[in-house]
Amino acid sequence: MGTYRLLVDPTAATYAPPPGQAEIVEALRLGDERVFAALVDEYGPAMLRVARMYVSSRAVAEEVVQEAWLGVIGGIGRFEGRASLKTWIFRIVSNIAKTRGEREGRSIPFSSISGGDGDGGEPAVEPDRFLGAGHRSAGHWTSAPSRWSELPEERLVAGETLGIVEGAIAALPEVQRTVITLRDVEGWSSDEVRNALDLSETNQRVILHRARAKVRRALETYLDGERT
Amino acid sequence: MSDGDLTCEELVELVTKYLEGGLTDAERERFEEHVAVCAGCSAYLDQIRTTIALAGRVTADDLMEETKAELLAAFRDWKRE
Repeated sequence: MGTYRLLVDPTAATYAPPPGQAEIVEALRLGDERVFAALVDEYGPAMLRVARMYVSSRAVAEEVVQEAWLGVIGGIGRFEGRASLKTWIFRIVSNIAKTRGEREGRSIPFSSISGGDGDGGEPAVEPDRFLGAGHRSAGHWTSAPSRWSELPEERLVAGETLGIVEGAIAALPEVQRTVITLRDVEGWSSDEVRNALDLSETNQRVILHRARAKVRRALETYLDGERT
Repeated sequence: MSDGDLTCEELVELVTKYLEGGLTDAERERFEEHVAVCAGCSAYLDQIRTTIALAGRVTADDLMEETKAELLAAFRDWKRE
């Protein structure tokens, strides 16, 4: 997994930069501060998360992101637009973070992944929620989960509920935490995540699956636990 | 997965692949047929969708204001050169 492998070939004839990208790049080259600040606001949290996977602390990750932006400023004149600006920026941040992590003597978390941070084949749902072997309906729910979309909207989006989600995400192993943050918190596509983290389609999906399953469990404990 | 019906325990492990569009046509059909008649799995799918939607409302940790100010200053310096 050491070499960077672009999953979408940026040199392919079909590649077209996302709409508006040429304008953003041009504005940066002309020194438009508002465009730069907006980009820092938009990508900063995701960059911090990606950096955090490779380095030892939040403070070091912050330095990595800062260094990456300086690299963006210095390199924007040479940016050729053969990959998206986003891909280019995240390649810069992950390269800096990897180098920094190696210098810190940290091992790259991906080296050991077979789908996520060494939690093996942990099932999405506790096995005791299903009828056991020998039962006529083995593998079926012992009792059905509750339907959350029927809960009052204000209960679901209450600060306390979101706090549970936030806490569950924060408790995940680094790689799972990064994948769910990019996909579900930041709203990235699976291709964008695969490009930024150099993951295969299967790995990305398995990691996301584990992460979502754990966050769901935390929510279930909270939402269903209170009702009884 | 066996050739027979999908159990609920098997289905929950396919939810992400289903939502990512990674199932074959035949697998997707089997998945949807199960969900259509199974209240438990239909509720589970609903829970996962809610989980995704709620994660979308969480705010990720952002850079410190100090860092942002330094970056903006660096950008201004670069512009002046």
